[in-house]
Amino acid sequence: MKGLKKKRRIQVIAVAAVALIASTALIGYAMRDGINFFRSPSQIADTPPAPSEVFRIGGLVEEGSLARGQGETITFRVTDGAASVPVAYAGALPDLFAEGQGMVGTGRLVDGQFMASEILAKHDESYMPKEVIDILKEQGVYVTPDAEVSMN
Amino acid sequence: MSLWTYANPTRFMSTTRPLVPALGAIAAVFLVVGLVWGFFFTPDDYRQGATVKIIYLHVPSALMAINAWLMMLVASLIWLVRRHHVSALAARAAAPVGVTMTLIALVTGAVWGQPMWGTWWAWDPRLTSFLILFLFYLGYMALWEAIEDPDTAADLTSVLCLVGSVFAVLSRYAVNFWNQGLHQGASLSLDAEENVADVFYYPLLVSIAGFAALFVALVLLRTRTEIRARRLHALRLRERMADA
Repeated sequence: MKGLKKKRRIQVIAVAAVALIASTALIGYAMRDGINFFRSPSQIADTPPAPSEVFRIGGLVEEGSLARGQGETITFRVTDGAASVPVAYAGALPDLFAEGQGMVGTGRLVDGQFMASEILAKHDESYMPKEVIDILKEQGVYVTPDAEVSMN
Repeated sequence: MSLWTYANPTRFMSTTRPLVPALGAIAAVFLVVGLVWGFFFTPDDYRQGATVKIIYLHVPSALMAINAWLMMLVASLIWLVRRHHVSALAARAAAPVGVTMTLIALVTGAVWGQPMWGTWWAWDPRLTSFLILFLFYLGYMALWEAIEDPDTAADLTSVLCLVGSVFAVLSRYAVNFWNQGLHQGASLSLDAEENVADVFYYPLLVSIAGFAALFVALVLLRTRTEIRARRLHALRLRERMADA
C-alpha cells in the first residue's frame, strides 16, 4: 500500500472487497448443508439418510405426541409443518423442551425412527414475564405463541 | 471546517481530553442503572425463569463486539485511503476492548446455553462465526505487535481487518443466511415485530447504551495513550540522534 497513489489504493481496496464478498458468498452457498446445524423433517423425508449416518434433526415437538415410554425412553414426533419424523430418546431433557417448542436432536435414522443420542432445546426469540402469562392463562386468553411455526 | 481536522493528533488530543471522563461517567450511570434494573427489578421469563437476566450482559456485549470490529474496519479503510495515523491508532486501540466484549458474550452465552439449550457450545453457524471473530481479534492484536515498522503494521493489520469483517458480518446475519441453526434470530430489531416484552426491553436498552458509551470512552482513552506512546518514541529517537 505504501508506494501506491491514493486513487490506486482505493481501486485495490474495492477489488479486494468484491473478491472477498464473492468468495464468501460462493463458499457459503456451496457448503450450506454443512454450515446448517440441522436438517428438517421434510429434507429427511425427501432423502432418507443411511442408518449408519449420524446427523441432526430439527423442528417443533408435535402437540400431543410426547409419550413417556417404558423405563427412561421417551418418544415424540418432530415436525416442520410439512413432514414429521418419530423420535426415541433416553436421557435428560433441557429445561425448555416441551410440546409445541423447537428442538434439535443428534442421532441416526433406524427403520424410519430417529434414535436420538442428544436432545437440545431451541429457544424462539420471545421474552415474556411469567406473571403476565399466568394471568393470561387464568383468563383463558393465552394460546401458545408457537402455534404458528416460528423456527425462523 | 471539515471532519478531517480531527485527524490532526494535536487537535484530536485537545478535543478528546474532556470527552473521556464525560463518556466514562455516562457509561457508569447507564451501566449501573441498566444492570441493577435488569438484575433486581425485572420479573422472571415465562419459560426461561431467572436465566433471562443474562440477556443484559450477553446482548450488549455481543452487539459491541461486532460493532467494534466494524468501527475498526472503518478506521482501517480511512488509514489505507487517507493515511491518517490517528485513524490507524484508533483501530489498534479498539481491538483489546472488542476482544473483551467478544469474550464476555461467549462466556455469558455458554452459561445461558447450558440450562436452556442443554449444551455449553454447539457448532451452529452464528456461534462458529463469532468464535472465528474472537480468533481474528487475537490475530489482529498479535500482528500489530509482530511488525516493527508502524506504517507497515498499520497496512497489514488493516488488510486483516478487512478479511475479518466477513465473520463480524456473518455472526450478525448468519441466522438469515443459514436458517437451520440453534441460535435464535435477532430479538431486537427495528423493523420486526416486538419479541421482547417492554419490561425486559427498557433495561436492556439502557444497558446497551452503557456498553456503547463504555466502548467509546475506552477507545478514546486508549487512542490517546497510543498517540502519547508514539510521541514518546519519536522523542527518544531524537534524543538518541542528538547524543550520537
